[in-house]
Amino acid sequence: MPEILDQARTQVLENGVGLDEAGVLAVLNLPDEHLPAALQLAHEVRMRWCGPEVEVEGIVSLKTGGCPEDCHFCSQSGLFTSPVRSVWLDIPALVEAAKQTAATGATEFCIVAAVRGPDARLMKQMREGVAAIRAEVDIQVAASLGMLTQEQVDELVEMGVHRYNHNLETCRSYFPNVVTTHSFEERWETLKMVRESGMEVCCGGILGLGETVEQRAEFAAQLAELDPHEVPLNFLNPRPGTPLADRPVVEGKDALRAIAAFRLAMPRTILRYAGGRELTLGDLGTRDGLLGGINAVIVGNYLTTLGRPATADLQLLDDLKMPVKALSATL
Amino acid sequence: MTELVEPVGPGAGPLRPRGAGDPGEPAAAPRWCDRCGESVAAGPHEACAAARALEPPRWCAHCRRRMKVQVVPTGWSAVCVEHGEIRG
Repeated sequence: MPEILDQARTQVLENGVGLDEAGVLAVLNLPDEHLPAALQLAHEVRMRWCGPEVEVEGIVSLKTGGCPEDCHFCSQSGLFTSPVRSVWLDIPALVEAAKQTAATGATEFCIVAAVRGPDARLMKQMREGVAAIRAEVDIQVAASLGMLTQEQVDELVEMGVHRYNHNLETCRSYFPNVVTTHSFEERWETLKMVRESGMEVCCGGILGLGETVEQRAEFAAQLAELDPHEVPLNFLNPRPGTPLADRPVVEGKDALRAIAAFRLAMPRTILRYAGGRELTLGDLGTRDGLLGGINAVIVGNYLTTLGRPATADLQLLDDLKMPVKALSATL
Repeated sequence: MTELVEPVGPGAGPLRPRGAGDPGEPAAAPRWCDRCGESVAAGPHEACAAARALEPPRWCAHCRRRMKVQVVPTGWSAVCVEHGEIRG
């Protein structure tokens, strides 16, 4: 057994203290033959500190495309030659999407907009949309609207948004290679305001942007420092027209190593499968990740791309005897 | 707006404006790949066809206009100003 896994068994599994950056790097560098042991330990950690339940979420894009920012992975930036056009979702369609999501058994519905930060029009759409969903659908509403002012944070709390997603996307040292129109620190600032408001913090990122293994470890450590309620883990799905269109997808084993490592860095967080898992892991790898530290999934489609049918993921959870977290358990 | 009755993807059959002609008559075949927007005659677009399993169409297969596409958790819709809406 590699020394790092022995250390993690005591430190993380028994005492609930996450691995530091050096420890995460050691897990990320484990040879293939030790990957099953790392996943098994990460699974035990998840079961011990989070329990067997899996949190299911659906997401929808309220405002697609035409974003002024230049996040190099994103097909919704208006600065690239992506074929994604700008489009707004109306309130009835938003409520219908929330109903469809709730029908899967999901407890979370995240409303996302491709913006630097919300303007008055978007905040108005949010006010009306969140109110309509809360009146008609039994589901928790989360939001992801870019960088916020304190007034906007307060307004989202007032609307009843219970969790706010704002991904750091990658580590501090690599961030300028991925985004040049705003800084890592600006994102951190929004996350601080969200935390102080009482909303739950959802913050993760994307693996496979060209970062080194060391930077992947740095990212896990920076997320652990932030201590978010939820960490969505995406794997790059290279989008046509973006600067990262020609990047290779993350190798399945590297993705699984990352899942185990991030779980060992953050034993209590909700670690969610987000975009790209279909390409990177396929069906078998998806199962391995759920048995290796993942305890939440986005079901159905993503913002501009398609996912597995929700029924496929729910069947998998049933096969694995992992109960879907009930709404009452989240309140 | 013309509404189309069949979704279009690389390798998919031709689509037909709703109400246009006899359903038994052959409709115009797609000329453009709905994923990359290039001519379907230029190649088999196998990679596009594979990618389309996890992507909605972005280009109108009949006129190569970029479509307005909305993805929701259980489906998608794509609208071409000339050829109408398709859903998946």
